Amino acid sequence: MTELDKTALHDLHIELGAKMVPFAGYSMPVQYPAGVMQEHLHTRRDAGLFDVSHMGQVILRGAKAASELEKLVPVDISGLREGRQRYGFFTDDTGGILDDLMIANRGDHLLVVVNAACKTSDIAHMRKNLACEIDAVQDRSLLALQGPEAENALKKIVPGVEPMKFMDVGTYPSPYGELWISRSGYTGEDGFEISVSNNQATALARALIDQDAVLPIGLGARDSLRLEAGLCLYGNDIDKTTSPVEAGLDWAIQKVRRADGARAGGFPGAEQILHELEHGTKRKRVGLLPEGRAPMRAGTQLFADETSEHSIGNVTSGAFGPSIECPMSMAYLEAGYSAPDTIIFGDVRGKRHPAKVSTMPFTPANFKR
Amino acid sequence: MKYTGEHEWLRAEGDLVVVGITAYATEQLGDIVFVELPEPDTAVSKGDEIVVIESVKAASDILAPLNGTVVEINSALVDDPTLVNSDPLGAGWFFKMKLSDPSELAGLMEEAAYNDLIA
Repeated sequence: MTELDKTALHDLHIELGAKMVPFAGYSMPVQYPAGVMQEHLHTRRDAGLFDVSHMGQVILRGAKAASELEKLVPVDISGLREGRQRYGFFTDDTGGILDDLMIANRGDHLLVVVNAACKTSDIAHMRKNLACEIDAVQDRSLLALQGPEAENALKKIVPGVEPMKFMDVGTYPSPYGELWISRSGYTGEDGFEISVSNNQATALARALIDQDAVLPIGLGARDSLRLEAGLCLYGNDIDKTTSPVEAGLDWAIQKVRRADGARAGGFPGAEQILHELEHGTKRKRVGLLPEGRAPMRAGTQLFADETSEHSIGNVTSGAFGPSIECPMSMAYLEAGYSAPDTIIFGDVRGKRHPAKVSTMPFTPANFKR
Repeated sequence: MKYTGEHEWLRAEGDLVVVGITAYATEQLGDIVFVELPEPDTAVSKGDEIVVIESVKAASDILAPLNGTVVEINSALVDDPTLVNSDPLGAGWFFKMKLSDPSELAGLMEEAAYNDLIA
Protein backbone atom coordinates (compact mmCIF):
# COMPACT_ATOMS: atom_id res chain seq x y z
CA MET A 1 0.00 0.00 0.00
CA THR A 2 1.32 3.42 -0.90
CA GLU A 3 1.74 6.07 1.73
CA LEU A 4 -1.15 8.54 1.92
CA ASP A 5 -0.42 12.20 1.22
CA LYS A 6 -1.12 14.69 3.98
CA THR A 7 -2.40 18.23 3.66
CA ALA A 8 -0.74 21.10 5.51
CA LEU A 9 -3.61 20.93 8.04
CA HIS A 10 -3.05 17.26 8.91
CA ASP A 11 -1.68 17.85 12.42
CA LEU A 12 -4.52 20.28 13.16
CA HIS A 13 -7.11 17.67 12.13
CA ILE A 14 -5.55 15.16 14.55
CA GLU A 15 -5.42 17.75 17.32
CA LEU A 16 -9.13 18.51 16.76
CA GLY A 17 -9.98 14.83 17.17
CA ALA A 18 -10.85 14.12 13.53
CA LYS A 19 -11.46 10.59 12.32
CA MET A 20 -9.09 10.31 9.34
CA VAL A 21 -9.84 8.19 6.26
CA PRO A 22 -8.08 7.62 2.93
CA PHE A 23 -9.63 9.74 0.19
CA ALA A 24 -8.18 10.17 -3.32
CA GLY A 25 -4.72 9.26 -2.03
CA TYR A 26 -4.89 11.65 0.93
CA SER A 27 -5.50 11.14 4.61
CA MET A 28 -8.55 13.36 5.15
CA PRO A 29 -10.95 14.08 8.05
CA VAL A 30 -14.31 12.35 7.51
CA GLN A 31 -15.73 13.81 10.73
CA TYR A 32 -14.76 15.57 13.94
CA PRO A 33 -16.16 14.78 17.42
CA ALA A 34 -19.40 16.73 16.72
CA GLY A 35 -20.36 14.07 14.14
CA VAL A 36 -21.73 14.29 10.60
CA MET A 37 -25.26 15.34 11.56
CA GLN A 38 -24.23 18.24 13.83
CA GLU A 39 -21.50 19.36 11.43
CA HIS A 40 -24.02 19.49 8.61
CA LEU A 41 -26.62 21.44 10.62
CA HIS A 42 -24.00 23.81 12.02
CA THR A 43 -22.83 24.71 8.50
CA ARG A 44 -26.38 25.57 7.41
CA ARG A 45 -27.04 27.57 10.61
CA ASP A 46 -23.66 29.26 11.27
CA ALA A 47 -20.49 28.40 9.38
CA GLY A 48 -18.19 25.44 8.71
CA LEU A 49 -14.53 25.25 7.73
CA PHE A 50 -13.47 22.53 5.29
CA ASP A 51 -9.94 21.49 4.33
CA VAL A 52 -10.08 20.97 0.56
CA SER A 53 -6.34 21.17 0.00
CA HIS A 54 -6.39 17.76 -1.69
CA MET A 55 -7.98 19.42 -4.70
CA GLY A 56 -5.71 20.54 -7.53
CA GLN A 57 -4.98 24.23 -8.07
CA VAL A 58 -3.52 24.87 -11.52
CA ILE A 59 -2.45 28.14 -13.12
CA LEU A 60 -2.75 28.67 -16.89
CA ARG A 61 -0.71 31.58 -18.13
CA GLY A 62 -0.24 33.23 -21.49
CA ALA A 63 -2.16 35.54 -23.82
CA LYS A 64 -3.98 32.59 -25.35
CA ALA A 65 -4.77 30.70 -22.12
CA ALA A 66 -8.53 31.32 -22.35
CA SER A 67 -8.91 30.33 -26.00
CA GLU A 68 -6.62 27.35 -25.44
CA LEU A 69 -8.68 26.04 -22.50
CA GLU A 70 -11.79 26.29 -24.68
CA LYS A 71 -10.31 23.39 -26.68
CA LEU A 72 -11.04 21.09 -23.72
CA VAL A 73 -14.18 22.52 -22.10
CA PRO A 74 -17.56 23.47 -23.68
CA VAL A 75 -17.56 26.69 -21.67
CA ASP A 76 -17.17 30.37 -22.59
CA ILE A 77 -13.74 31.12 -21.10
CA SER A 78 -12.79 33.98 -23.42
CA GLY A 79 -15.88 35.85 -22.26
CA LEU A 80 -15.15 35.28 -18.55
CA ARG A 81 -14.39 38.71 -17.08
CA GLU A 82 -11.45 39.40 -14.81
CA GLY A 83 -12.42 38.81 -11.18
CA ARG A 84 -15.05 36.21 -12.06
CA GLN A 85 -15.26 32.42 -11.81
CA ARG A 86 -17.30 29.87 -13.72
CA TYR A 87 -18.12 26.15 -13.48
CA GLY A 88 -17.13 23.77 -16.27
CA PHE A 89 -16.01 20.27 -17.19
CA PHE A 90 -13.44 18.50 -19.34
CA THR A 91 -15.22 16.35 -21.92
CA ASP A 92 -13.93 13.34 -23.84
CA ASP A 93 -14.39 12.35 -27.50
CA THR A 94 -17.62 10.47 -26.77
CA GLY A 95 -19.14 13.42 -24.91
CA GLY A 96 -18.50 11.97 -21.45
CA ILE A 97 -17.12 13.98 -18.54
CA LEU A 98 -13.44 13.56 -17.57
CA ASP A 99 -13.70 15.88 -14.56
CA ASP A 100 -15.56 18.96 -13.43
CA LEU A 101 -13.74 22.11 -12.42
CA MET A 102 -13.92 25.77 -11.46
CA ILE A 103 -12.22 28.32 -13.71
CA ALA A 104 -11.30 31.79 -12.42
CA ASN A 105 -10.04 34.76 -14.44
CA ARG A 106 -7.41 36.33 -12.18
CA GLY A 107 -6.20 38.97 -14.63
CA ASP A 108 -2.86 37.82 -15.99
CA HIS A 109 -3.73 34.13 -15.55
CA LEU A 110 -6.53 31.59 -15.15
CA LEU A 111 -6.76 29.56 -11.94
CA VAL A 112 -8.51 26.23 -12.32
CA VAL A 113 -9.47 23.99 -9.39
CA VAL A 114 -9.93 20.29 -10.18
CA ASN A 115 -10.89 17.17 -8.22
CA ALA A 116 -8.21 15.44 -6.18
CA ALA A 117 -8.74 12.03 -7.76
CA CYS A 118 -8.42 13.48 -11.28
CA LYS A 119 -5.73 16.11 -10.85
CA THR A 120 -2.80 14.10 -12.22
CA SER A 121 -4.69 13.10 -15.35
CA ASP A 122 -6.21 16.59 -15.72
CA ILE A 123 -2.78 18.23 -15.64
CA ALA A 124 -1.40 15.73 -18.15
CA HIS A 125 -4.46 16.31 -20.36
CA MET A 126 -3.91 20.07 -20.32
CA ARG A 127 -0.14 19.82 -20.87
CA LYS A 128 -0.72 17.57 -23.87
CA ASN A 129 -3.39 19.69 -25.52
CA LEU A 130 -2.91 23.32 -24.54
CA ALA A 131 -0.32 25.73 -25.96
CA CYS A 132 0.07 27.82 -22.82
CA GLU A 133 2.10 27.75 -19.62
CA ILE A 134 0.64 25.27 -17.10
CA ASP A 135 1.79 25.36 -13.47
CA ALA A 136 0.46 23.00 -10.82
CA VAL A 137 0.36 25.01 -7.58
CA GLN A 138 2.17 22.92 -4.95
CA ASP A 139 2.81 25.48 -2.22
CA ARG A 140 -0.76 26.51 -1.43
CA SER A 141 -3.60 24.96 0.56
CA LEU A 142 -7.30 25.44 -0.06
CA LEU A 143 -9.88 26.10 2.67
CA ALA A 144 -13.63 26.45 2.23
CA LEU A 145 -15.60 28.57 4.70
CA GLN A 146 -19.31 27.96 4.18
CA GLY A 147 -22.57 29.05 5.77
CA PRO A 148 -24.62 32.17 6.58
CA GLU A 149 -21.99 33.37 9.09
CA ALA A 150 -19.07 32.87 6.68
CA GLU A 151 -18.90 36.55 5.69
CA ASN A 152 -18.92 37.77 9.30
CA ALA A 153 -16.21 35.29 10.23
CA LEU A 154 -13.94 36.07 7.29
CA LYS A 155 -14.26 39.86 7.34
CA LYS A 156 -12.76 39.94 10.85
CA ILE A 157 -9.58 38.51 9.36
CA VAL A 158 -9.77 39.89 5.84
CA PRO A 159 -11.61 43.24 5.83
CA GLY A 160 -12.89 44.05 2.38
CA VAL A 161 -14.40 40.72 1.35
CA GLU A 162 -17.96 41.86 2.14
CA PRO A 163 -18.75 43.36 -1.31
CA MET A 164 -17.82 40.12 -3.11
CA LYS A 165 -20.76 38.45 -4.84
CA PHE A 166 -21.32 34.80 -5.73
CA MET A 167 -18.56 33.67 -8.13
CA ASP A 168 -16.41 36.79 -7.68
CA VAL A 169 -12.68 36.16 -7.19
CA GLY A 170 -9.94 38.39 -5.86
CA THR A 171 -6.55 38.67 -4.16
CA TYR A 172 -6.50 40.02 -0.60
CA PRO A 173 -3.61 40.84 1.75
CA SER A 174 -3.98 39.35 5.24
CA PRO A 175 -1.94 38.54 8.38
CA TYR A 176 -1.62 35.07 6.76
CA GLY A 177 -0.06 36.32 3.56
CA GLU A 178 -1.72 36.91 0.23
CA LEU A 179 -5.04 35.08 -0.04
CA TRP A 180 -6.74 34.13 -3.30
CA ILE A 181 -10.43 34.19 -2.44
CA SER A 182 -13.54 33.22 -4.39
CA ARG A 183 -17.11 33.57 -3.17
CA SER A 184 -18.22 30.04 -3.94
CA GLY A 185 -18.42 26.56 -2.48
CA TYR A 186 -19.99 23.12 -2.53
CA THR A 187 -22.75 23.32 0.07
CA GLY A 188 -25.48 25.50 -1.45
CA GLU A 189 -24.66 28.13 1.18
CA ASP A 190 -22.97 31.49 0.87
CA GLY A 191 -19.27 31.16 1.52
CA PHE A 192 -15.70 31.46 0.38
CA GLU A 193 -12.92 29.28 -0.95
CA ILE A 194 -9.55 30.55 0.19
CA SER A 195 -6.17 29.65 -1.28
CA VAL A 196 -3.42 30.28 1.29
CA SER A 197 0.29 29.42 1.33
CA ASN A 198 0.96 26.06 3.00
CA ASN A 199 3.04 27.60 5.78
CA GLN A 200 0.19 29.94 6.82
CA ALA A 201 -2.71 27.51 6.32
CA THR A 202 -2.89 26.15 9.87
CA ALA A 203 -2.70 29.63 11.41
CA LEU A 204 -5.51 30.87 9.17
CA ALA A 205 -7.63 27.79 9.93
CA ARG A 206 -7.11 28.33 13.68
CA ALA A 207 -8.09 32.00 13.41
CA LEU A 208 -11.34 30.93 11.74
CA ILE A 209 -12.31 28.05 14.03
CA ASP A 210 -11.40 30.11 17.11
CA GLN A 211 -14.58 32.05 16.35
CA ASP A 212 -17.72 30.66 18.00
CA ALA A 213 -19.66 30.56 14.72
CA VAL A 214 -17.12 28.33 12.93
CA LEU A 215 -16.78 24.55 13.38
CA PRO A 216 -14.39 22.30 11.44
CA ILE A 217 -16.35 20.06 9.06
CA GLY A 218 -15.33 16.69 7.60
CA LEU A 219 -15.94 14.93 4.30
CA GLY A 220 -19.06 13.19 5.65
CA ALA A 221 -21.02 16.41 6.09
CA ARG A 222 -19.46 17.84 2.93
CA ASP A 223 -21.18 15.00 1.06
CA SER A 224 -24.62 15.40 2.66
CA LEU A 225 -24.45 19.19 2.22
CA ARG A 226 -23.61 18.99 -1.47
CA LEU A 227 -26.28 16.34 -2.06
CA GLU A 228 -28.98 18.48 -0.42
CA ALA A 229 -27.75 21.32 -2.64
CA GLY A 230 -28.18 19.08 -5.73
CA LEU A 231 -24.49 19.32 -6.66
CA CYS A 232 -22.80 16.48 -8.54
CA LEU A 233 -19.93 14.46 -7.10
CA TYR A 234 -17.48 13.45 -9.82
CA GLY A 235 -17.08 9.66 -9.86
CA ASN A 236 -20.62 9.15 -8.50
CA ASP A 237 -23.08 11.35 -10.36
CA ILE A 238 -20.96 12.26 -13.37
CA ASP A 239 -18.12 10.43 -15.09
CA LYS A 240 -16.93 9.31 -18.53
CA THR A 241 -20.20 7.43 -19.11
CA THR A 242 -22.44 10.46 -18.49
CA SER A 243 -22.73 13.45 -20.79
CA PRO A 244 -23.22 17.00 -19.48
CA VAL A 245 -26.66 17.08 -21.09
CA GLU A 246 -27.80 13.84 -19.43
CA ALA A 247 -26.47 15.27 -16.17
CA GLY A 248 -28.55 18.43 -16.57
CA LEU A 249 -25.42 20.58 -16.66
CA ASP A 250 -26.33 22.21 -19.98
CA TRP A 251 -26.72 25.56 -18.14
CA ALA A 252 -22.90 25.58 -17.93
CA ILE A 253 -22.58 25.46 -21.75
CA GLN A 254 -22.99 29.08 -22.85
CA LYS A 255 -24.68 30.02 -26.13
CA VAL A 256 -21.40 31.07 -27.73
CA ARG A 257 -20.19 27.43 -27.64
CA ARG A 258 -23.45 25.91 -28.93
CA ALA A 259 -24.54 25.35 -32.52
CA ASP A 260 -24.84 28.75 -34.26
CA GLY A 261 -22.68 30.37 -31.53
CA ALA A 262 -19.67 32.48 -32.51
CA ARG A 263 -17.30 29.77 -31.17
CA ALA A 264 -19.56 26.74 -31.60
CA GLY A 265 -18.06 23.36 -30.76
CA GLY A 266 -14.31 22.91 -30.85
CA PHE A 267 -14.19 20.77 -27.68
CA PRO A 268 -13.93 16.96 -27.37
CA GLY A 269 -17.25 15.23 -28.02
CA ALA A 270 -18.76 18.42 -29.46
CA GLU A 271 -20.74 16.59 -32.13
CA GLN A 272 -22.45 14.34 -29.57
CA ILE A 273 -23.05 17.07 -27.00
CA LEU A 274 -24.41 19.62 -29.50
CA HIS A 275 -26.69 16.91 -30.91
CA GLU A 276 -27.98 16.12 -27.41
CA LEU A 277 -28.59 19.80 -26.68
CA GLU A 278 -30.84 19.95 -29.70
CA HIS A 279 -32.55 16.55 -29.54
CA GLY A 280 -32.49 15.60 -25.87
CA THR A 281 -31.17 12.46 -24.20
CA LYS A 282 -32.58 9.02 -23.40
CA ARG A 283 -31.91 9.44 -19.70
CA LYS A 284 -31.64 12.33 -17.29
CA ARG A 285 -30.19 13.04 -13.89
CA VAL A 286 -32.98 13.65 -11.38
CA GLY A 287 -33.54 14.10 -7.68
CA LEU A 288 -35.49 11.45 -5.76
CA LEU A 289 -37.31 11.69 -2.44
CA PRO A 290 -37.91 8.14 -1.14
CA GLU A 291 -41.07 7.69 0.90
CA GLY A 292 -40.43 6.73 4.52
CA ARG A 293 -37.02 7.03 6.15
CA ALA A 294 -34.91 4.36 4.41
CA PRO A 295 -32.20 5.97 2.23
CA MET A 296 -31.77 4.70 -1.35
CA ARG A 297 -28.01 4.62 -1.67
CA ALA A 298 -25.73 4.59 -4.73
CA GLY A 299 -26.33 1.50 -6.87
CA THR A 300 -30.02 1.12 -5.99
CA GLN A 301 -31.86 -0.10 -9.11
CA LEU A 302 -35.02 1.75 -10.09
CA PHE A 303 -38.25 0.39 -11.61
CA ALA A 304 -41.50 1.76 -13.02
CA ASP A 305 -43.66 -0.31 -10.67
CA GLU A 306 -43.49 -2.94 -7.93
CA THR A 307 -43.11 -5.96 -10.20
CA SER A 308 -41.45 -4.98 -13.49
CA GLU A 309 -38.07 -6.62 -14.14
CA HIS A 310 -36.91 -3.89 -16.51
CA SER A 311 -34.71 -1.37 -14.67
CA ILE A 312 -35.41 2.23 -15.71
CA GLY A 313 -32.40 3.68 -13.96
CA ASN A 314 -30.16 3.68 -10.93
CA VAL A 315 -29.21 5.82 -7.95
CA THR A 316 -25.78 7.50 -8.10
CA SER A 317 -25.78 9.18 -4.66
CA GLY A 318 -28.11 8.66 -1.73
CA ALA A 319 -28.15 9.57 1.93
CA PHE A 320 -30.25 11.02 4.71
CA GLY A 321 -30.58 14.82 4.47
CA PRO A 322 -30.06 16.27 7.96
CA SER A 323 -31.63 19.63 7.06
CA ILE A 324 -34.58 18.27 5.08
CA GLU A 325 -34.96 15.48 7.69
CA CYS A 326 -35.66 12.80 5.13
CA PRO A 327 -33.72 10.59 2.71
CA MET A 328 -32.72 11.96 -0.70
CA SER A 329 -31.02 10.57 -3.78
CA MET A 330 -29.62 11.57 -7.13
CA ALA A 331 -30.33 9.14 -9.94
CA TYR A 332 -30.39 8.65 -13.68
CA LEU A 333 -33.82 7.75 -15.06
CA GLU A 334 -35.16 7.06 -18.53
CA ALA A 335 -36.42 10.41 -19.80
CA GLY A 336 -40.07 9.26 -19.81
CA TYR A 337 -39.95 8.86 -16.02
CA SER A 338 -37.95 11.98 -15.22
CA ALA A 339 -40.76 14.53 -14.78
CA PRO A 340 -41.07 15.92 -11.22
CA ASP A 341 -43.62 14.14 -9.00
CA THR A 342 -43.42 10.89 -11.01
CA ILE A 343 -43.54 7.93 -8.61
CA ILE A 344 -40.96 5.22 -9.29
CA PHE A 345 -39.71 2.30 -7.17
CA GLY A 346 -36.27 1.50 -5.81
CA ASP A 347 -35.08 -1.98 -4.81
CA VAL A 348 -33.77 -1.71 -1.24
CA ARG A 349 -32.65 -5.04 0.23
CA GLY A 350 -34.94 -6.97 -2.11
CA LYS A 351 -38.05 -4.87 -1.46
CA ARG A 352 -39.50 -2.24 -3.79
CA HIS A 353 -39.99 1.12 -2.08
CA PRO A 354 -41.72 4.12 -3.72
CA ALA A 355 -39.84 7.35 -4.37
CA LYS A 356 -40.93 10.62 -5.95
CA VAL A 357 -38.94 12.39 -8.66
CA SER A 358 -38.02 15.82 -7.31
CA THR A 359 -36.45 19.00 -8.60
CA MET A 360 -33.12 19.96 -7.07
CA PRO A 361 -31.71 21.50 -4.96
CA PHE A 362 -33.52 19.77 -2.09
CA THR A 363 -32.68 22.77 0.12
CA PRO A 364 -32.95 26.31 -1.30
CA ALA A 365 -29.62 27.83 -2.31
CA ASN A 366 -28.46 30.70 -0.13
CA PHE A 367 -25.96 32.54 -2.33
CA LYS A 368 -25.07 36.22 -2.20
CA ARG A 369 -25.99 37.40 -5.69
CA MET B 1 -26.43 -7.58 31.20
CA LYS B 2 -24.81 -9.89 28.65
CA TYR B 3 -23.01 -9.02 25.43
CA THR B 4 -22.28 -10.52 22.01
CA GLY B 5 -19.29 -10.09 19.73
CA GLU B 6 -21.68 -8.29 17.35
CA HIS B 7 -21.91 -5.44 19.91
CA GLU B 8 -25.40 -6.30 21.11
CA TRP B 9 -26.50 -6.24 24.76
CA LEU B 10 -29.14 -8.53 26.27
CA ARG B 11 -30.96 -7.85 29.54
CA ALA B 12 -33.28 -10.40 31.15
CA GLU B 13 -36.76 -9.05 31.89
CA GLY B 14 -39.07 -11.69 33.36
CA ASP B 15 -39.05 -14.61 30.93
CA LEU B 16 -38.00 -12.32 28.04
CA VAL B 17 -34.70 -10.70 27.05
CA VAL B 18 -34.44 -7.10 25.83
CA VAL B 19 -31.91 -6.58 23.00
CA GLY B 20 -30.10 -3.42 21.88
CA ILE B 21 -26.67 -2.32 20.70
CA THR B 22 -23.85 -0.97 22.82
CA ALA B 23 -22.67 2.63 23.12
CA TYR B 24 -19.45 1.54 21.41
CA ALA B 25 -21.46 0.29 18.43
CA THR B 26 -23.38 3.55 18.13
CA GLU B 27 -20.14 5.53 18.21
CA GLN B 28 -18.78 3.43 15.33
CA LEU B 29 -21.98 3.73 13.31
CA GLY B 30 -22.44 7.48 13.75
CA ASP B 31 -25.81 9.23 13.71
CA ILE B 32 -28.58 6.70 13.06
CA VAL B 33 -31.29 7.89 10.67
CA PHE B 34 -33.43 4.81 10.00
CA VAL B 35 -34.37 1.60 11.82
CA GLU B 36 -36.34 -1.28 10.26
CA LEU B 37 -37.66 -3.75 12.84
CA PRO B 38 -39.03 -7.28 12.38
CA GLU B 39 -42.72 -8.09 12.79
CA PRO B 40 -43.65 -9.22 16.32
CA ASP B 41 -44.12 -13.00 16.70
CA THR B 42 -41.29 -13.74 14.26
CA ALA B 43 -39.36 -16.92 14.98
CA VAL B 44 -35.63 -16.29 14.53
CA SER B 45 -32.43 -18.33 14.53
CA LYS B 46 -29.15 -17.12 15.93
CA GLY B 47 -27.37 -15.08 13.24
CA ASP B 48 -30.50 -14.13 11.26
CA GLU B 49 -30.43 -10.50 10.03
CA ILE B 50 -33.53 -9.18 11.75
CA VAL B 51 -33.00 -5.43 12.12
CA VAL B 52 -31.65 -2.98 9.54
CA ILE B 53 -30.19 0.28 10.72
CA GLU B 54 -28.96 3.07 8.52
CA SER B 55 -26.56 5.68 9.80
CA VAL B 56 -25.30 8.78 8.04
CA LYS B 57 -22.52 6.52 6.77
CA ALA B 58 -24.03 3.17 5.74
CA ALA B 59 -26.59 0.43 6.28
CA SER B 60 -25.89 -2.31 8.88
CA ASP B 61 -27.69 -5.45 9.98
CA ILE B 62 -28.42 -6.46 13.54
CA LEU B 63 -28.38 -10.23 14.02
CA ALA B 64 -30.56 -12.38 16.22
CA PRO B 65 -28.27 -13.07 19.23
CA LEU B 66 -29.82 -16.47 20.04
CA ASN B 67 -32.67 -18.75 18.84
CA GLY B 68 -36.16 -17.71 19.86
CA THR B 69 -39.17 -15.58 18.98
CA VAL B 70 -39.36 -11.80 18.74
CA VAL B 71 -42.41 -10.88 20.81
CA GLU B 72 -42.23 -7.08 21.08
CA ILE B 73 -40.53 -4.31 19.09
CA ASN B 74 -39.61 -0.74 20.04
CA SER B 75 -41.83 1.14 17.59
CA ALA B 76 -40.58 4.50 18.94
CA LEU B 77 -37.38 3.96 16.96
CA VAL B 78 -39.23 4.10 13.66
CA ASP B 79 -40.23 7.72 14.33
CA ASP B 80 -37.10 8.70 16.24
CA PRO B 81 -34.05 6.61 15.31
CA THR B 82 -31.80 9.04 17.21
CA LEU B 83 -32.91 7.31 20.45
CA VAL B 84 -30.37 4.62 19.57
CA ASN B 85 -27.56 7.19 19.73
CA SER B 86 -28.85 9.17 22.71
CA ASP B 87 -29.78 6.23 24.96
CA PRO B 88 -28.44 2.97 23.50
CA LEU B 89 -28.80 0.96 26.72
CA GLY B 90 -32.25 2.33 27.59
CA ALA B 91 -34.84 3.95 25.31
CA GLY B 92 -32.85 2.81 22.26
CA TRP B 93 -33.65 -0.91 22.72
CA PHE B 94 -34.68 -2.78 19.52
CA PHE B 95 -36.80 -5.78 20.46
CA LYS B 96 -37.75 -8.26 23.19
CA MET B 97 -37.48 -11.96 22.51
CA LYS B 98 -38.44 -15.21 24.18
CA LEU B 99 -35.46 -17.55 24.01
CA SER B 100 -35.94 -21.13 22.81
CA ASP B 101 -33.42 -22.19 25.46
CA PRO B 102 -33.10 -19.58 28.24
CA SER B 103 -29.97 -21.30 29.55
CA GLU B 104 -28.06 -20.11 26.44
CA LEU B 105 -28.04 -16.57 27.84
CA ALA B 106 -25.45 -17.59 30.41
CA GLY B 107 -23.04 -18.51 27.60
CA LEU B 108 -22.73 -14.91 26.35
CA MET B 109 -20.05 -12.43 27.42
CA GLU B 110 -20.01 -10.58 30.73
CA GLU B 111 -19.37 -6.84 30.70
CA ALA B 112 -15.68 -7.26 31.59
CA ALA B 113 -15.09 -9.62 28.66
CA TYR B 114 -16.93 -7.25 26.30
CA ASN B 115 -14.89 -4.28 27.51
CA ASP B 116 -11.73 -6.28 26.79
CA LEU B 117 -13.06 -6.96 23.27
CA ILE B 118 -13.47 -3.27 22.43
CA ALA B 119 -10.39 -2.05 24.30
